[in-house]
Amino acid sequence: MTTATYTHVAMDKDGYLLNPTEWTMDLGEAIADDLNIQLTPDHWRLINFAREDFASKGQSPGLRRIAQQTGVAIKQIYLLFPKGPGKLIAKIAGVPKPKSCL
Amino acid sequence: MKKLLILGGGTAGTMMANSLVDRLGTEWQVTVVEPDRHHVYQPGLLFLPFGMLDDRKLTRPRNHTFKRGVQWKPLAIRQMDHAKKSVVLDDDSVLEYDLAILASGTRIRPDMTPGLEDGPIAGVHDFYTVRGAQALRSALANFKGGRLVVNVVEMPIKCPVAPLEFLFLADDYFKRRGMRDDVELVYATPLDAAFTKPYAAKTLGYLLEEKNIRLETEFMTAEVTDRRLVSYDERHVGFDLLVSVPIHSGAAFIGTSELGDELDFVPTDKHTLRALQMEDVFVLGDATDLPSSKAGSVAHFQAEILKQNIQDYVADKPMKAAFDGHANCFVETGGGKAMLIDFNYDVEPLPGYFPVPHLGPFSLMAESRINHWGKLAFRPIYWHALLPGRPLPISPQMNLSGKKQIAS
Ligand SMILES: Cc1cc2nc3c(=O)[nH]c(=O)nc-3n(C[C@H](O)[C@H](O)[C@H](O)COP(=O)(O)OP(=O)(O)OC[C@H]3O[C@@H](n4cnc5c(N)ncnc54)[C@H](O)[C@@H]3O)c2cc1C
Repeated sequence: MTTATYTHVAMDKDGYLLNPTEWTMDLGEAIADDLNIQLTPDHWRLINFAREDFASKGQSPGLRRIAQQTGVAIKQIYLLFPKGPGKLIAKIAGVPKPKSCL
Repeated sequence: MKKLLILGGGTAGTMMANSLVDRLGTEWQVTVVEPDRHHVYQPGLLFLPFGMLDDRKLTRPRNHTFKRGVQWKPLAIRQMDHAKKSVVLDDDSVLEYDLAILASGTRIRPDMTPGLEDGPIAGVHDFYTVRGAQALRSALANFKGGRLVVNVVEMPIKCPVAPLEFLFLADDYFKRRGMRDDVELVYATPLDAAFTKPYAAKTLGYLLEEKNIRLETEFMTAEVTDRRLVSYDERHVGFDLLVSVPIHSGAAFIGTSELGDELDFVPTDKHTLRALQMEDVFVLGDATDLPSSKAGSVAHFQAEILKQNIQDYVADKPMKAAFDGHANCFVETGGGKAMLIDFNYDVEPLPGYFPVPHLGPFSLMAESRINHWGKLAFRPIYWHALLPGRPLPISPQMNLSGKKQIAS
């Protein structure tokens, strides 16, 4: 996957997708690639949760909510998404920056 | 007689009870459920550790804070059953309601971070409780120098500027004691900057530099051990004295009754302040899950809105008043100065004057002595105007006139 995959989608200056409906799995892969994250099923479980939660609640889940709802410990989430998992998951999942990070 | 039950009698619950008791008329009984026999003026907790306020000025007996006609139940709520429209108290008695206002605020949760419960012996302190602030006062008085770290474990917290104000006052305090050079001040925050609203970050960033406060950003505390904070990404920050602002959650009964989110804050309609998942329940103050700041000023602006909405609601009229997220707070910057910031859901803090455009007397986004006096004057206003529900000359809606527009 190359970064060229998503030059046509609109993002804000911090790299969050402006329109979550433009998201595709390929796009998620490409963004992850750019962030130097190799996606495994464990990553996808958290990314999919973030997407579903955003779709039902209208806001992006913060780290604590992701941990609590998926049963994956925060420590573990940090191993999957080092350096700010809340933001990284939101970016790859194509949902807005979580409010707990504002 | 119909029953209005107010769950929690802190800033929000007291203001609401006192302003509704006369307005709703004689067919309604207003009851507040609140276990604590003293009302704490929480903004005073910031000054207590520095000996700038004495303990007697911090609290008042609870029964002096309610107007005649308000019934006070000095018990805690253990469970809420919104389908049956009732609550169970800790003496097993049951109270039913026709309408309820949830105003049970937040509590700090050192139990959620390993090592934070070790307390003063381990050099761990807080200033969000009366006991914590008193113990911190002794610790500061006995401090011989070294590294003092202020750490916010996780957002949201109440009064989000209080940790920074604490650092500014600490800078001043150690200067006055002639030992500032022996003290290193560090602010470790989970956010990516000290001030996160862009304009505020730009204008206020200088304060940290000016006061020589080191900043450690995106620091997510996993545990506290051997006088060190350890983050999830394995960074370590050592301390001689830790001033922790622990994780905040809603009241325990919100969790056990399954009424809240992952931190027991209650899903609330942003504008009308109705509970999203319960009939005949409104939510006010720090107990909500709203993106507005958890602050007394916000609780006050919300109460002004809710007062109107509840009168419409009980009269079966459509609710017209809408909360806009308005917050304003005085930020102590040390040296007898303070600044005032004013913002809402959509508009970030702007420079200008408050509450009267162009005149003030308070200047927004700039340090001044009069702002500091404004902050001190707030205490009598709190007891004598805010809690009794007397009108203040401040609109609950944010006023944009007279504010300087800034190009983004
Ligand atoms: C150090 C500090 C400095 C601050 N400075 C400022 C400032 O400068 N300006 C500003 O605007 N705000 C400030 N605040 C914030 C302000 O005090 C709060 O936002 C405000 O008090 C919120 O009101 P509330 O009624 O929602 O919660 P609270 O006032 O905390 O009241 C909640 C009440 O619910 C009760 N309760 C809890 N559980 C139960 C239960 N199970 N049953 C019955 N009752 C229950 C509690 O006993 C409590 O009395 C500060 C706070 C702190 C800690």
